[in-house]
Amino acid sequence: MSIALDTSLEEMQAIARRIRGRLVQMSHKAQTPHLASSLSCVDILVAAYWGALAIDADQPHDPLRDRLILSKGHAATTLYAALQARGFFSEEILDSYGTHGSILAEHPSPNSAPGIEAGTGSLGHGLPIGLGMAVAGRIQQQPYRVCVVMSDGECNEGSVWEAAMLAPAQKLERLVAVVDYNKWQATGRSNEVMALEPLVDKFTAFGWSAYETDGHDIAGLVDLLRNVPDGSGKPVAIVAHTVKGKGVSYMEDDNNWHYRIPTEAEVASAHKELGLA
Amino acid sequence: MRNAFAAEITAISQEDPRVVLLSGDIGNRLFDKFRAQSPERFMNCGVAEANMMGLASGLAMSGLRPVTYTITPFTTTRCFEQIRVDVCYHEVPVIIVGTGSGLSYAGLGPTHHSCEDIALLRSLPGMTVLCPADSWELRALLRAAVKHNGPVYMRIGKKGEPAVHDCLPEVEIGKGLVLEKGTDVCLLSTGNMLPEVVAAAAQLKSQGISPQVVSMHTVKPLDTELLSTVFAEFDVVATVEEHSLIGGLGGAVAEWVVDQPWTPRAKLLRFGCEDMFLHESMEQEHARERFGLTSHNISEQCQDWLARRRAGLRLGAA
Repeated sequence: MSIALDTSLEEMQAIARRIRGRLVQMSHKAQTPHLASSLSCVDILVAAYWGALAIDADQPHDPLRDRLILSKGHAATTLYAALQARGFFSEEILDSYGTHGSILAEHPSPNSAPGIEAGTGSLGHGLPIGLGMAVAGRIQQQPYRVCVVMSDGECNEGSVWEAAMLAPAQKLERLVAVVDYNKWQATGRSNEVMALEPLVDKFTAFGWSAYETDGHDIAGLVDLLRNVPDGSGKPVAIVAHTVKGKGVSYMEDDNNWHYRIPTEAEVASAHKELGLA
Repeated sequence: MRNAFAAEITAISQEDPRVVLLSGDIGNRLFDKFRAQSPERFMNCGVAEANMMGLASGLAMSGLRPVTYTITPFTTTRCFEQIRVDVCYHEVPVIIVGTGSGLSYAGLGPTHHSCEDIALLRSLPGMTVLCPADSWELRALLRAAVKHNGPVYMRIGKKGEPAVHDCLPEVEIGKGLVLEKGTDVCLLSTGNMLPEVVAAAAQLKSQGISPQVVSMHTVKPLDTELLSTVFAEFDVVATVEEHSLIGGLGGAVAEWVVDQPWTPRAKLLRFGCEDMFLHESMEQEHARERFGLTSHNISEQCQDWLARRRAGLRLGAA
């Protein structure tokens, strides 16, 4: 499967801004939490969907497509807004988020909308599932790549490290794990709740080809993601340093926005900051 | 049973290129033939069952038919979350095979016993629960499981269990296998208790009682057609399982029967394990004795209840 990855960096940055505006509005309209977690991974998903992954919105089940699993399912709105903007489903479906009977729930449900590769919400599930998809690609001789986006808090889960030990043993070089490392988990600093650091070294020690980057530098993310497999014969880990609540000044690095829901006035001021008003 | 499993899954994998075998670091040399024939479709996932279950789901989502294999508690209770979310929530055809089920590994202690697995697994939406009685049933059910387009849990024994069948039985998922027809007491056996149940039936016959013997190899979905008939026609129906009395076959049958709009003719007796861990060291035979899972106890209880039932019916008629 080949695709034209011809979206310019400026366009991707504009898409990211529009998605951020959308997320703030969705959180307010549906009265759903996890807005700051959604904002922190926007650039990662934009870089993947517009800059790196071989996907075709008209053929969401193409066996040769690259797969992206949003393992931090609580950032579902980012996944929904990105897939909609990428053409996987309609504006009407996105608008239905949070309404009674909508196919778009607070956490992504399996096979609910085109482009959703796995149902997530409980943490630590995406990497093992993605590992299975990568093994299936090898067995069926389909050279697709699998990208799993996790949160730093999610790395508390033992299943992440079970997968982290098996993937290098199996030399799954088409598997890439991206950690949205915003330094917070639900109720505390992620490196204080658990000894997460040194995170890059952990992945390296487990046998991954590990990189770290600014998780809001779309160009840098695109370069790293396009470079998978990177020739090392190892799975690739990208520790992406991010800011929770990125893009809205009064939400940035304030963990209250893990749960807080913006008021109408806050939505307006956020849109103004993002240049969308 | 585990040798039969290894032989049959190896044979099936030659016919069906979708079959992938995942082991949780057990079965030393058991799968040598499978590995030699299809090295790309065998993977030792290590002692990491949660990951193995997620991995299996990823394979199934990609069109393959993964079969996970390890000791029962480790592939059920340890990774129940992954079975629930990755397998059942996604409705994918993963076949979960637990070996050494029930009290098969009695001597290894309660960490290796599994008397809760049927209860847990049957509570999951879309899950099929299969408990083959012997190697022949295992082979037949494994073939049916690979053809089934949804999650399957198969609870098998260890090795050297006596065979009840002498050839491959014709099985259908969800349909009890009637081994012997009778009129007085209906014995519903699941899994490796069948040889004991056949012995109990022989003891009943020697007392002039006519037993019916059914291998209820499928606990979910229940064969409700068969249950409707036996609860209407028999005076005593007994369930027998190497599993807790909470939530196993007996629990499933009891739930079903109280939900029916009619009053059953039959008294339901349930034979299974008590709500306790076996702390002392003992072999399977003695563990079964502890819980009354012997042909002698089953036949005695059935005789006793049959007599009580019939006396009650006579009183009722008078």
